[in-house]
Amino acid sequence: MKKIEAIIRKTKFEEVKETLLASDINWFEYHECHGVGQSRQERIYRGVVYSTDMIERVHITVICREMFVESTIKVFLEAGHTGEVGDGRIFVSDVIDCYSIRTGEHGDVVLRDKK
Amino acid sequence: MMFLDTTAAAPVVEEAVDYVNGLDTLWVLLGAMLVFWMQPGFALVEAGMTRAKNTANILMKNFCDFMCGSVLYWIAGFSIMYGAGNGFFGWDGFFYTGEDSNIPAEATFVFQTVFCATAATIVSGAMAERTKFSMYFVYSMLISLFIYPLEGHWSWGGGWLSELGFHDFAGSTVVHLCGGVLALAGALVLGPRIGKYDKNGKSRAIPGHSLTLCALGVFCLWVGWFGFNPCSTVAATGYNNATSMAHVFLTTNMAAAVGGLAALAYTWIVDGKPSLSMVCNGVLAGLVGITAGCDCVDIWASLVIGLIVSVAMCVSVSVLDKKLHIDDPVGAVSVHGVGGFLGTILTGVFCNPAIDGVDCGSDSILGRIGIEALGASVVALFAFAAGMIIFLIIKHTHGLRVDRRIEEEGLDIYEHGEAAYN
Repeated sequence: MKKIEAIIRKTKFEEVKETLLASDINWFEYHECHGVGQSRQERIYRGVVYSTDMIERVHITVICREMFVESTIKVFLEAGHTGEVGDGRIFVSDVIDCYSIRTGEHGDVVLRDKK
Repeated sequence: MMFLDTTAAAPVVEEAVDYVNGLDTLWVLLGAMLVFWMQPGFALVEAGMTRAKNTANILMKNFCDFMCGSVLYWIAGFSIMYGAGNGFFGWDGFFYTGEDSNIPAEATFVFQTVFCATAATIVSGAMAERTKFSMYFVYSMLISLFIYPLEGHWSWGGGWLSELGFHDFAGSTVVHLCGGVLALAGALVLGPRIGKYDKNGKSRAIPGHSLTLCALGVFCLWVGWFGFNPCSTVAATGYNNATSMAHVFLTTNMAAAVGGLAALAYTWIVDGKPSLSMVCNGVLAGLVGITAGCDCVDIWASLVIGLIVSVAMCVSVSVLDKKLHIDDPVGAVSVHGVGGFLGTILTGVFCNPAIDGVDCGSDSILGRIGIEALGASVVALFAFAAGMIIFLIIKHTHGLRVDRRIEEEGLDIYEHGEAAYN
């Protein structure tokens, strides 16, 4: 069982979402998030130039069984790709266990296959 | 009443019917409604160019300007401005007693009231986001009660400037320069908002919370100006009035359009991007600039006036902000102060005696410029002195500025207990 987190462009969210839903993932969570990094957005207000520190991105978290890890990562790499600086990162980490609150079951069985 | 025999009471009634003109009255009251429409315009511009946490406060200030103005102008303002008196102030007919002319006395009063409120409401933008509401209320009463009526008497109430031939058709000086200079005094005494300048004195942008509201406000003001200027003919009957108001309408629109274009070009060239908030100011600067001479300049001259005033406004915004460190969140000083002053002087430059019914005050162009410059300078100095005295007295007695915590967290919650957005 793995946790895959991806930070992607806001503009790429719809595309990534559609592709994820079309693949073997039946649930994922996301937040709109702000990051601070190398690239700055420069703006002008009434003649005064200022840069906004905040870069808007979407943070998507997917938890899946080992067998789907590679295909999920591929979704992000392809659907989230523009080739410009700032396309984002994917982080993969181990998940020790997972429980269903309704049934009390735990382990891989909780992450059911799509019907 | 129509069925009664009116011949017995005829002398008084028929005389009134003779000179009070229905069409003129309709025109002036329509003008009053349009000028009133400038109040929501100012409210939206000021709200849009400031932050969301102070929106209820700035809207409330705009309401107060009109409400105080309506009452106090009735009590004494109109009498000081238009009452019989000497060259410097009127002193007659308190609680408003006027005489009918081509329009009923009450129509005259209503029309003048909305002008007074316009002068008052200019100031709130420059003092936005940091002024104690109670003290703004005091200031707002004082401008409607005596500052605006006093200087207005000089030009429009038969005072010494009108004797000299000073020409200010609808109020570049009387309304806008006065308001703009008071705004300057207020912003100077208050000091910049927290966070406006960094430790090295470098200007920082504090973007307004809604350019949508700001742009809508400017459109409202543009419409309102079609009452402010054309309806200042205060008569609509006959060939001369009809041509005059159409001419005024056209010069007003041209100056506004070119003013906006000039700001667009200026920011595109100087800052690299065409700025909407500056175009909003540019349109207003053009309108302010043409207000003094809208009846007496040619159409081509109205374009030139819009251009010059708008570019000067753009330069002024930058100089006030970056060099002088006077924090004027909405550009009121530059639009109304600089725009009003230049517009008045340019009226002397471009006044064309060949236009029907135009009296330019002096035969020579230098004479005209001299009179216009004198009038604008004296009114500016008077308004600045009056503003500095009032704001400094308030500052050193009750305090003009809110506490740091209130300014940081927003005036809406602390001053009014309610927020504009929930």
